[in-house]
Amino acid sequence: MIRFILARLAWGIPVLWLVATATFVLMHLVPGGPFDQEKPLPPEIRANVDAKYHLDQPVMMQYLFYLKDLLHGDLGPSYKYLGRNVNDIIRDTFPVSMQLGLWAVLISVIVGVGAGIVAAARPRSWADHAGMFLATAGISLPSFVVGTFLIMVFSYRLHFFPAALWEGWRYGMLPAVTLAMLPAAYIARLTRSSMLEVLHKDFIRTVRAKGFGERQVLLKHALKNSITPVVSFLGPLTATLVTGSFVVEFIFSIPGMGRYFITAVTNRDYPLIMGVTLVYAVLIVLANIVVDLIYTWIDPRMRVGGN
Amino acid sequence: MRFLQSNPRITISGGFILLVCLAALAAPWLAPYPFDQQDTHSILQGPGSQHWMGTDRLGRDLFSRLLYGARMSMAVGIFTALFAVLFGTIYGAVSGYAGGRTDNILMRFVDLVYSLPDLLLIILITVTIGRGVLGIFLALSLVSWVTVARIIRGEVLKLREFSYVEAARAVGAPHHRILFVHILPNTLGVLIVTLTFRVPAAILAESTLSFIGLGIAPPFASWGSMANEGWSAMKFYPHLILFPSLILFLTMVAFNVLGDALRDALDPEQRMR
Repeated sequence: MIRFILARLAWGIPVLWLVATATFVLMHLVPGGPFDQEKPLPPEIRANVDAKYHLDQPVMMQYLFYLKDLLHGDLGPSYKYLGRNVNDIIRDTFPVSMQLGLWAVLISVIVGVGAGIVAAARPRSWADHAGMFLATAGISLPSFVVGTFLIMVFSYRLHFFPAALWEGWRYGMLPAVTLAMLPAAYIARLTRSSMLEVLHKDFIRTVRAKGFGERQVLLKHALKNSITPVVSFLGPLTATLVTGSFVVEFIFSIPGMGRYFITAVTNRDYPLIMGVTLVYAVLIVLANIVVDLIYTWIDPRMRVGGN
Repeated sequence: MRFLQSNPRITISGGFILLVCLAALAAPWLAPYPFDQQDTHSILQGPGSQHWMGTDRLGRDLFSRLLYGARMSMAVGIFTALFAVLFGTIYGAVSGYAGGRTDNILMRFVDLVYSLPDLLLIILITVTIGRGVLGIFLALSLVSWVTVARIIRGEVLKLREFSYVEAARAVGAPHHRILFVHILPNTLGVLIVTLTFRVPAAILAESTLSFIGLGIAPPFASWGSMANEGWSAMKFYPHLILFPSLILFLTMVAFNVLGDALRDALDPEQRMR
């Protein structure tokens, strides 16, 4: 097991290197530097600034400097937030995004799996049709539409939750629901179709023949055997939540990594763009490893090297 | 083709999409005002007889802008989907047909792009090549073909084991003929379904990008950029964000319903029972 984890981690290293290099190349293809302003800096100050950030060196040297700093875990200085490192910014903003993301995972799995089971229990019933209609609506709703709608109803009309900022659990409710909408709809569809497939299997008939109640058939035997596609969706789910957080943190003015990423893009703050991208890449590599581990845990047939 | 007429899901969703496309094409004739005409005497008006959907803070007619926005959103969606399907199909088909090492290397690259979040890549690419319509189209295309490549590769892997392919090989048909004449036509159903699902994905990405201010730039309008303009004033002028959101939602639902219905009709193995 440990060997498996180590092997997967080792495979992550070239991936991260590739992402680091690709973002570096992309960012340096852009015409214009971060310190090109409408009112140019005096030449001697410009020279000092360039020297401080190694911008006076050839690109190849800049790349080597960048890689060397990366190996030390140093993502470099921010060009726009003077005096702050990319590391500082990520340390401040990552926990916020993480918390928001975990809430969204929790909501989407509970709602999605729940709705999927209800729909699969009585296919073609009104509950099934209503659930699947909602799921189709859910995957068709851009998160900014969901967010706007929730703010209009729950904050402007009903005053249940605040419309913006991040100062306690009440502030997290609307953003978490917004972020969870799309994955919940996806998981509901996945669960339903997977359950329906399993419910046709022979062993379910056996379980029924033994006289188990419907609840037990569904929740214990069928669910256990049909959860695999949902688990494999948890990997891409990380990616969905990451990009979802761009929009959600933008709408709700949440001081998370996603909002800083967007600001960094508008400001051309290259080290911050590259730093945040790398953090996302690490997250995705880790999430995929975790998903593989959950796989082997719930389904022994998947165990690597078992044959 | 008879199933197209007898299936209400396909007729309704397809009809709606056709309507939006026609409205987008005919925008210059349908729109009561030019999309960038500013009327300083009637700014931020609610829906009324003069301006059916009201005006924005520069006094531009919202309905006209919505029609022109449809051009932008639909064009980006459809052309991106077409490019993605064309390139992804060729890539995936060659990879799956070649098999072995070639397949391995080609698919490693696809897996890498696939595992990274679409929007993240699209933003990084638009930072590099610029934000214009062309930049967004290129960025979306560069990202979305991998999904198609994976699907088509899977189909080709399955199809190339069929005995009719073996028969074609036995009579000495060259590889390109086997692939393009014997195998690919049999993926047509899957291709149509994939194409249908790629369009809303592209529309969603474009509108999201425009909404967070990294997409279509003013004075041009897309549904996403209109929602962004309305968003800052949504407390007092909710109509500004309501109409673009609504049309975006309806179009997305139409494409997703059409995709589901086409999949049920054309690709029974993948059917959601």
